[in-house]
Parts: sequence; structure tokens; C-alpha cells
Amino acid sequence: MQFTNFEQFFAMGGYGAYVWSSFGITALLLIWNSGIAKYREFRMRREVKQWQLQEKDDSR
Amino acid sequence: MRSFVGWTLLPQRAVHQLSSPKYFYAVSRIISPWFALGFLVCATYGLISGLLFAPPDYQQGHGFRIIYVHVPAAFLSLIIYVVMASASAVGLIFRVKLAYMLAKSCAPLGASFTLIALVTGSIWGKPMWGTWWVWDARLTSELILLFLYLGYMSLGLSCEDSKKADSLSAWLAIIGVINIPIIHFSVNWWYTLHQGTTLSLTKPAIAPSMLWPLLAMIGAFFCYFMWVLLIRTRTEILTRERQCQWVKGLGIRD
Repeated sequence: MQFTNFEQFFAMGGYGAYVWSSFGITALLLIWNSGIAKYREFRMRREVKQWQLQEKDDSR
Repeated sequence: MRSFVGWTLLPQRAVHQLSSPKYFYAVSRIISPWFALGFLVCATYGLISGLLFAPPDYQQGHGFRIIYVHVPAAFLSLIIYVVMASASAVGLIFRVKLAYMLAKSCAPLGASFTLIALVTGSIWGKPMWGTWWVWDARLTSELILLFLYLGYMSLGLSCEDSKKADSLSAWLAIIGVINIPIIHFSVNWWYTLHQGTTLSLTKPAIAPSMLWPLLAMIGAFFCYFMWVLLIRTRTEILTRERQCQWVKGLGIRD
């Protein structure tokens, strides 16, 4: 362990703002990317299910 | 003899089956959660060991920890481009529809990793070099990579005819491969502010206690890439093949 308390950990030896903004931006972009991919897949699968139901109705 | 020939054909058959969107869809539904798990495991280990346990750099102090997002992102930005260009080439040569869909799904991921590499590099440069940006070979060629990804994405969007869009953007991806070795070797070919290669098979420039978290973060970013790539490709398959019988027959849980 390189830090003895939380303040030291957040300060990062004076580089805190640089280190945490880098990690924060990376986390944001990754979360946004996977979130949008997941949401698009969810929407597409819902549409496919709706088409399937419509076809069932049409064939009746 | 006959069975031997049969066995040698096995990989060919596997590739042939996987190149069918239907099988790819089913297989990817099974394997993609494992990449999500791999991402979580690697990222947890990498972040804890990289942020808490790796010793500070003798020149850069704790500021060097930016390496644990910067280098993996830069590495992936190159790998993803190679994957995208290879898939494009397979699409053009063998007329495999799935290859185009894979290539198309690579682009936004590659662009994101390139952006992460550029932004974190800029943030790292400010305290260490005293400037956010310099027009040197490494930074400029990485910026060109971002424009290649964005160009690829907009070319696909601007074309009405999807077949034409596929082949045009595939050509762009293939021509852009020239940029990859330029980025990789730029720190050796030109005088540059950017430091040399950290990862090397022959003479590692980094202590093991700093190296393991880095490898874990590269593993994490790779798993993340594969996970999101499979999700995007499945969505693309459903979008393009919605008129096909197999999509109409998909079960609720498939």
C-alpha cells in the first residue's frame, strides 16, 4: 500500500487533479459506450418481438 | 485417410458456420457475458494494484498512474483499427456480410479509445512536459487515427445504398492501415517529446510491480472491447436481417 490515508490517496502526491480527471473521463466514456450499445440492443430485440407478435396476429 | 481429411476440414467448417449471421448471433449470446466478467475481474485487479500498490515513479511520482488508462486505451485504439481493417478486407475479398457488420461495430469503439488516449495523454502532458499538446509525430498520427475512425463512421452514414456504404468504408479502412505502423514507430523514427515504448518483449522498461497492473488493464480494455463489439454486432445483425426467417423464429430468450 503506497498511501497511509484517504487524503494522500486523493492528492496523488500533488497530481490528484490530473490522475482523477484521466480516470474519470475514461470511466465516463466506457460507461456511455456500453450503455448505448446495450440500450440499442434492447430496443432492437423489443422491435423484433413486436414484429413476431404482429405476424402471429396477421396469420390468424 | 478419409477421417484425417475430415479433421483438417474442421476449422474451415467452423469458420464457415460462424460467418453465418444466425450462428454468430447464437454463439455470441453465449460468449459475450464471459467478456463482461473478464472485464470486471481484470479492471478490479488492475485498478486496485495500479492505484494503491504500484510504487510511485522515481521521476513522475504518483502522476505516472495515468499510464493505467492511457497506454491500454492507446494500445486498443491500434488493435481495434487492425481488426476493423482486417474484417473489411475479408468482407471485400470473400463477400462475407458478417465481416462488414463486425467492421462497422468496431469503429465507434476504436474512436472512443483513440479519444481516451488523446485526452488522457494531454492531461498527462500538462504536468510532465508543461504543455497540453505539441504537434509531434506520435500525437499528430494518433489524431489522424481519430479522424480515420470518424471518417469511416460518417462514410457509412452518408451512403443511402448499404452495399455501397459497406465497400466504400471498407476501402477507407484498408487504406488507413498505413497510419498504424507510423503511430507505432513514430517515437523511434522522429525526435519527439513522447516517451519511448514502455512494453517490450526483449527489454522491459518497467518494474514488474508496475507492469502487472498495466497488463491487467490492457486485458480489461480488451475484454470490454470484445463485449461491446459483440453487442453492437448482434444489434447490426438484427437490423439488417429482420426480414429473414431465422430472426422471425427467434425465441424470447435467444
